[in-house]
Amino acid sequence: MADTTDTTADGGAAAGASWDNEQSEVLLDYYRQMVLIRTFEQTASEMYKRAKIGGYCHLNSGEEATVVGLMAALERRDYLFTNYRDHGYALCRGMEPGAVMAELFGKSTGVARGLGGSMHMFDTEVRMLGGYGVVGGQLPVATGAALALTYRGEAGTEAEALMCQLGDGTTNIGAFHESLNLAAIWDLPIVYVIVNNRLGMGTSVEAASGEPELYKRGASYRMEGDRVDGNDVVAVREAAAAAMHRARTERKPFLLEAMSYRLKGHSVVDPERYRSSESSEEAKESDPLPAMRDWLLAQGVLDEDKADQIESDADQQVDDAVSFADSSPDPDPADLFDYSYATDVANAPHTLPGEPVVEMP
Amino acid sequence: MPVITYRQALNDTLRAELTRDENVFLIGEEIGQFEGSYKITAGLLDEFGPTRVRDTPIAEEGFVGAAIGAAMMGLRPVAEIMTINFSLIAMDQIVNHAAKIYGMFGGQTPVPMVIRTPGGGGQQLGATHSQNLEVWYAHVPGLKVVAPSTPADAKGLLTAAIRDDDPVIFLENLSLYNTKGEVPDGEQVTEIGKAAIAKEGTDITVIAYSRASVIAVETARKLEEEGISVEVVDLRSLRPLDRQTVCESVRKTSRAVVLEDDWLSYGVGAEISATVMEGAFDYLDAPVRRVAAAEVPLPYAKPMETAALPDAQDLTKVIREQLEATSFFR
Amino acid sequence: MPDVVMPRLSDTMAEGVLSRWIMNEGDAVKKGDVLAEVETDKATMDLEAFDSGVLERQLVSEGTSVAIGDPVGFIGSGEDSGSGGGSGSGSDEETGSGEDSGSGGQSSSTDAESSADGTEPAPEAEATGAAESQDDQSQAADREETTTESRPQAQPAKSTASGSSSRLLTSPLARRTASEHGLDLSTVKGTGPGGRIVRADVEAAVEAQEQAPERAAATGAAGTESGTGTGSEEVPLSQMRRVTARRLSESAAAPHYFLTNVVYVDRLLAFRSEVNASFAESGTKVSVTDLLVRACAVTLRNHPQVNSSWGEDKILRHQDINVGLAVAVEEGLMVPVVKGADAKGLDTISAETRDMAERARAGRLKPDEFSGGTFTISNLGMFGIDNFTAVINPPESAILAVGAASDEPYVQDGQLQTRKTMKITMTSDHRVLDGAVSAAFLQDLKRTLEEPLRMLL
Repeated sequence: MADTTDTTADGGAAAGASWDNEQSEVLLDYYRQMVLIRTFEQTASEMYKRAKIGGYCHLNSGEEATVVGLMAALERRDYLFTNYRDHGYALCRGMEPGAVMAELFGKSTGVARGLGGSMHMFDTEVRMLGGYGVVGGQLPVATGAALALTYRGEAGTEAEALMCQLGDGTTNIGAFHESLNLAAIWDLPIVYVIVNNRLGMGTSVEAASGEPELYKRGASYRMEGDRVDGNDVVAVREAAAAAMHRARTERKPFLLEAMSYRLKGHSVVDPERYRSSESSEEAKESDPLPAMRDWLLAQGVLDEDKADQIESDADQQVDDAVSFADSSPDPDPADLFDYSYATDVANAPHTLPGEPVVEMP
Repeated sequence: MPVITYRQALNDTLRAELTRDENVFLIGEEIGQFEGSYKITAGLLDEFGPTRVRDTPIAEEGFVGAAIGAAMMGLRPVAEIMTINFSLIAMDQIVNHAAKIYGMFGGQTPVPMVIRTPGGGGQQLGATHSQNLEVWYAHVPGLKVVAPSTPADAKGLLTAAIRDDDPVIFLENLSLYNTKGEVPDGEQVTEIGKAAIAKEGTDITVIAYSRASVIAVETARKLEEEGISVEVVDLRSLRPLDRQTVCESVRKTSRAVVLEDDWLSYGVGAEISATVMEGAFDYLDAPVRRVAAAEVPLPYAKPMETAALPDAQDLTKVIREQLEATSFFR
Repeated sequence: MPDVVMPRLSDTMAEGVLSRWIMNEGDAVKKGDVLAEVETDKATMDLEAFDSGVLERQLVSEGTSVAIGDPVGFIGSGEDSGSGGGSGSGSDEETGSGEDSGSGGQSSSTDAESSADGTEPAPEAEATGAAESQDDQSQAADREETTTESRPQAQPAKSTASGSSSRLLTSPLARRTASEHGLDLSTVKGTGPGGRIVRADVEAAVEAQEQAPERAAATGAAGTESGTGTGSEEVPLSQMRRVTARRLSESAAAPHYFLTNVVYVDRLLAFRSEVNASFAESGTKVSVTDLLVRACAVTLRNHPQVNSSWGEDKILRHQDINVGLAVAVEEGLMVPVVKGADAKGLDTISAETRDMAERARAGRLKPDEFSGGTFTISNLGMFGIDNFTAVINPPESAILAVGAASDEPYVQDGQLQTRKTMKITMTSDHRVLDGAVSAAFLQDLKRTLEEPLRMLL
């Protein structure tokens, strides 16, 4: 595991040592996923500006190594809850890029039928039970889902476990502390992962947190924690996998902190006026994609043609996703009340604006 | 039919559902060892063990959220929030999560959970522990909100709520726990979303729920001796609201009074009034009146508390005023 | 010395009330002068002098009921009047001269003056009453118009008892109920908060409205003497009310039955409009009632059995067709009669009915104008009454009760249409008319009303 006191995480060069033992195909696969996320997010940004995407749109750009590393640590049987910066997780977890893009476009073929949007990627098939829009909202819910795992199954190497991703700002909210406490006293198989991109919207971690080494915040609940270089996909995977293993076999929760960077603004429309040029420069220099590309080229795992091929494949995948989303039908307003309630109920209010709520004979 | 208390009806129902379906479990503060702040869960920890009857720390947001997550995983948690006043701490979980998850994620995961919580003042518990906040939840699509007034409905609606695949706020009332009533043996499911005619009448309709419905029925019986025939509509469900039954009754009687324990402004009565306006306007012989709590933080001192809360006297007065305003006694 | 006696001023009167003396004692009168007013069971009539001379004595005071033929005063010769007066009174011995008669006259005139003083409020009250009844009349005329053109709608709200405010305070239910009954809310007094009209007020008004004409036309005899407790007021029976009550009670006791028919009146109403449009210049304005009079008269020609009356030991079959028209007046019920109606044109019928109805309400009908009827029509359509049954006006054998014209939906060629219907109900005296006879008449009458050209012949 990475140096737990390192807050700058000096990137691929240091991580390179641990990559030597990795099979090149695995690394290539991670790289492919990272490129896909980067391409997808660039396109999402473009589509937002083309007004094909509405509302908020938060990108994983800059966090690709963390996202891919975390997802590589999960088994298919594991569950994932994330915050609203969730596109990359959805893609890595196995949702179709077309369905994810369609969700952004608000189309009926989206992963949540176009009803959720950017912050609410959800697919029971791949056991990603939601991106959540309200900071901290996913923590109690994920904790309860972990409780359900203990309700049903026994601990063991084949057991299901759960990962709950959150941002650095979330560690200051009450729900974070209540959840960690519950997970601790109930011995829940859950790994909380703080993706520390150093900025909660425009507020730095140091300005927001009495204990800026966020993984230490689990200490109040005697919950073990660790910090990892979020730009090192393998290091992230290793740290997360170890935590998941403990959760699976020992039913011990864990607080992992991945040091990452946000390459862009808080959301697509954030001009980042608050951000110093140093901060932006640092993020750019720490960009995990070129670093990994260079390393793979240097190691001979990748040549320029193949690298170009990976990028153009990603372009193609995302282009296809856009075409799929574009050509998908809008949801029908006639179906507005289809998901009001899971159990039909008498007198369910199905009144459109301006319609009479009750008829007078 | 056995006559039991509202409390016993709830306890019996929880036991029956815990026995019937092992996915049902209870979660909340002091519900196990302490047997519940109001002893609704008495004996259940011993009977079902700590996994099925789970004590939690004082963490409403945490354990309500945990119930939501467990429900998404297919369990059927019944959370107890000690009083509705503390539900405010769990507001984000109830409103932004429990109420949203099924619809917002395109119907992929229902949230079959119940939040049991008592409201109500009158016990000198002071301003922060005596509130009736049910409309906060009744306002929110995605939730179902029920408020039984009788032991029989407590059983029927709790059974329905536990078996329902949506999050149900199950409103109890501190002053109802010791009230008694006939409760049918065996399984009883009361349909959510349906009001009941608690007492039939022809001269005036009183619309109420929970404790207010009990007061309304008592008042109706007294007035009956004077030849005034009061119909009482017990809403039972605040969401969905059975507007049809309300309007049908008012169309029959042409006069309506709402008795509600919540504060007047933006309360249940406001919604009922608007409903009656739309569904029975041409049948109204007088404007709808509301008998609701005075809009103050409820004082501790007994005379002050009594003055602020609606009671049978207030209701009787307004019923008479309504009848007089429509020349009923002429 | 010719006595002045109570005349028979109505075919049904047995006694009359001398309601007001016009001439004072000592006044010179000529034959034909009006001596007094007499209230009969039907109307207020003039008591005319049959002789010339001086009205020497008034034998009854105003308000006294007198049987037909009994004296109410006497008229003497000019000469005799003094001594007659003197001998009659015996109180003027001191004077005893012809001049004294002047003095006596003077004293009489003083009496008369005081009497005039005493009665001064009466003419005024009468004048007011007349004005009111004229208002009623014009309103009734209005109603008649609206009735025939369209169903009664709530008339535009007039300013009401509530004073300067032109806004009518009513509950929604009161509005709805009023509209269902075709009741004009501006005529209803509100008892709710701030004078708001509530359902109870409307229901009371509807009940009153339904009872008032019904009582006049039919059930007056019932008397509705329900209230005897506090808050009830004793209203002395007028002569007319008394007679109406007695005769209708007798009538109701006779064996009778009812037959109702629905008449489709679209063509009738169109016919009326056409007639009124064509003769607008001449001022002719034919009401539905006029058409009914004409239609009944024409139909009665072919049904002489219906144009008959019960004569205890015989049935009288009448040659003349005289159609009476029930008119509600303040004191009770009047039935002016259109004589020989089958021989009169619509314009004549219209003019006669209007004139007689007005005079009936003013109490100025002549006895021969409200006697001799052979068939009666009672039309309450202008009150929005859908249908009702009327009590026969004896000794006639039948009466026709006419309801309001109203829209009725029906399906033609798969399309929902509306047509105007009017319900007519005939009450027949079974002693004179058997069911089939009445039914045949009613069937023909329906045909005449539905094919209005038939009434031209």
